Amino acid sequence: MDWTSWLVGTVSRALAFGVPLLWGTLGEIYAERSGVVNLGVEGMMILGAYAGFAVAQTLGHPGWGLLAAAGVGALAALWHAFLTVTLRANQYVSGLALTLFGLGLAGLLGRGWEGRPLRAPLGAVAVPVLSDVPVLGPMLFRDQTILTYLGLLLAVVLWVVLFRTRWGIAIRSVGESPATADSLGISVARVRYLCVALGGVLAGVGGGYLSVAYRPAWTEGMTAGMGWIVIALTIFSAWDPLQAIWGAFFFGALYHLSFRLQAYVSPELLKMMPYAFAILVLAASGFGRARWRARAPGALGVPYVRGER
Amino acid sequence: MAEGAREAVLLRNITKSFPGVVANDRVTFDLQPGEVHALLGENGAGKTTLMNVLYGLYRPDEGEIWVRGRRVHLRSPRDAIDLGIGMVHQHFKLVAPHGVAENVALGLSGTPFWAPARTVGRQLKELSERYGLPVDPDRRVWELSAGEQQRVEILKALIRGAQVLILDEPTSVLTPQEAGELFKVLGRMKAEGHGVIFISHKLDEVLSVADRITVMRRGRVVGTVRAEETDKAALARMMVGREVVFRLTKKACQPGEAALVVEDLHARTDRGTPALRGISLAVCRGEILGLAGVAGNGQRELVEVLTGLRRPERGRVAILGQDLTRASARRIADAGVAHVPEERIRLGIVPGLSVEENLILKKHHRPPFCRAGGLRLAAVRQFAGRAIEEYRIMTPGPRTPAKLLSGGNIQKLILARELSGNPALVIAAHPTYGLDVGATEQIREILLRQREAGAGILLVSEDLEEIMELADRIAVLFRGEIMGTVLAGEATLEEIGLMMAGERRTVAVGEER
Ligand SMILES: Nc1ncnc2c1ncn2[C@@H]1O[C@H](COP(=O)(O)OP(=O)(O)O)[C@@H](O)[C@H]1O
Ligand SMILES: [Mg+2]
Repeated sequence: MDWTSWLVGTVSRALAFGVPLLWGTLGEIYAERSGVVNLGVEGMMILGAYAGFAVAQTLGHPGWGLLAAAGVGALAALWHAFLTVTLRANQYVSGLALTLFGLGLAGLLGRGWEGRPLRAPLGAVAVPVLSDVPVLGPMLFRDQTILTYLGLLLAVVLWVVLFRTRWGIAIRSVGESPATADSLGISVARVRYLCVALGGVLAGVGGGYLSVAYRPAWTEGMTAGMGWIVIALTIFSAWDPLQAIWGAFFFGALYHLSFRLQAYVSPELLKMMPYAFAILVLAASGFGRARWRARAPGALGVPYVRGER
Repeated sequence: MAEGAREAVLLRNITKSFPGVVANDRVTFDLQPGEVHALLGENGAGKTTLMNVLYGLYRPDEGEIWVRGRRVHLRSPRDAIDLGIGMVHQHFKLVAPHGVAENVALGLSGTPFWAPARTVGRQLKELSERYGLPVDPDRRVWELSAGEQQRVEILKALIRGAQVLILDEPTSVLTPQEAGELFKVLGRMKAEGHGVIFISHKLDEVLSVADRITVMRRGRVVGTVRAEETDKAALARMMVGREVVFRLTKKACQPGEAALVVEDLHARTDRGTPALRGISLAVCRGEILGLAGVAGNGQRELVEVLTGLRRPERGRVAILGQDLTRASARRIADAGVAHVPEERIRLGIVPGLSVEENLILKKHHRPPFCRAGGLRLAAVRQFAGRAIEEYRIMTPGPRTPAKLLSGGNIQKLILARELSGNPALVIAAHPTYGLDVGATEQIREILLRQREAGAGILLVSEDLEEIMELADRIAVLFRGEIMGTVLAGEATLEEIGLMMAGERRTVAVGEER
């Protein structure tokens, strides 16, 4: 295998692997920017993966599958929002419960579907003209599905909305200081519900991508801890949608390398790599307190009660 | 009769209870357009609660709200804002990491969807010139002084078309000069026909700024008077319910050896910005050094460094001649330092433990309270009984959880614990903040008694009157530096105010002592 084709393959696969991380991270950034931690990303992704596969298989079209993944993700997230925003339950406990529930439910429902390839997977779109450029063409523009490009576009749009619009000011304010937003007549609960639900939609699509596009089949536990990487990436990207792009594709590359290098390094060690890195990232963000912590939303993880002193 | 037709706002028979207290008991209050109506009362009288009702944050249990002759039902602040009511809360409601313009644009109807901060920035400039409220729309809120933040809050209300402006204890974060500026702004607003509700517990300023004064006590209105028809003594009587003595008796200061010497101390805030930039000061035994300054100029960090809760970057701290820079909180306490913390409930007590357990907290591991690893309950009980009596702590019993006591009694409990065993140095941060007049008097007396017993006291307070009354010398802190030290007997309010605003005093009086 010559050097260029190795690089082309690696980058192109890293991009493909980074897509679910990107979608999930963008969603979690919005949820956390509004002040709600959702540790249920893994659960929402696996439910999305299952629903995406089942619906695409049944209806014979990947689009329906992805729509179903988004819907299921939203439902799961709304449940988290109901518990944490309305009932003011502990966000960490509720999120963990959601992950365990999602993994369990998807495993149970997916029994009969195991091992069958999807009959209508989402294909790659070769971008006209660009895909014919040597090296860069096959690297970036030939083997990607529409979700890669949509994800990148979404990151830009979500950045603009967050930092340059009325909505963005409201979302960030609710996450920093809900009492302030409340005193100006903004419904803290509504903003949080919407952001958490958006987080669910994006995590659901991220999961759906895995079973409908990336590896068009259903395998139990196929998200393989990606939801946790998403949580780390949210911090790594300092709650900034544009920075999430680099983070997602960097971890995508790590994932991919852990397959590619299997011939040379012990596979167990390689499989650990993304997670070891996630731990490193979290530890680093704890050390550089002034730099990283200062940017965490001020009211992250704290339920809002009007008039509480 | 067209009821409430003239009033900008009429609150009628408002009742609002919280578990255990009736914060407002059939309160009636009205505001005319173009007047400043002061709401005066001690801490806990129910002023903030009443205004939160008018601003739609709390729903009253009973009573009616009328705005410009119409009965209204406020479900949220949005309704109040739409009716032209604006409120500047006692604890500002600002998003600290955001820019000024973003803070003003938040939830503001009529701003464009895209880049709202830019449009609002332009409007802000115009408005701030018209009312004499200078602010820079591009600065981040956390970089602003308390006075500047207050201006942002006022502009926030004005830009929303507030006809009625509620200011909840606006002067508590200002220097006397800044307060003067604020009063001028209120004058301008009055002239433009705005009504202002001005909340305070300070008699002088209420008399100087208000047209009418309504006094509240324990959730009820005591009465409403015109400012020109009353005086300080009469207001104090209405507010407290009895005669108030304005002067404590204080013996002449007889300073002894140095209890605390601080040299060139540097430290940072939690954010990593510089908090202390070269503080040097000394407190002798038998004297009170008052540390004045607007909140957030390094007071908190200084107290934390001195009590071992924060590491200094540079400098030296010596207590009774012993170098205790970077020593642990326990070592500093063992050296004879008493700490009366600013955050009484968080740092001063263990809320769930009983009164008697809280009373022995710092000594629970030593005889006579501890023997062979076990608590000696008889000794604890005896000690607690004496402390409760001596400090007049009002508690249902020694085994009541400390969190159930009122603020004043929690503070007395802390003092009883910290002052037992006659400390050489007392570091008291805002010891009477938020307490009623009775408790305040008592705590000031306790501090004076301790001074006579030979303790050096560092008194950190935002209440200038308190500092003028208790301290022998006054040092003023501004942006982490000491602007000057003056003898209390020779200091004027104006001089201290100027130092609080950052003007350095050239001759350091009494520094050499
Ligand atoms: N959110 C709340 N929950 C419980 N008690 C409260 C609350 N707000 C105020 N109170 C109580 O109501 C009384 C009046 O408080 P407040 O209106 O803040 O007084 P003021 O503003 O005059 O100092 C106090 O006894 C206070 O403890
Ligand atoms: Mg108040």
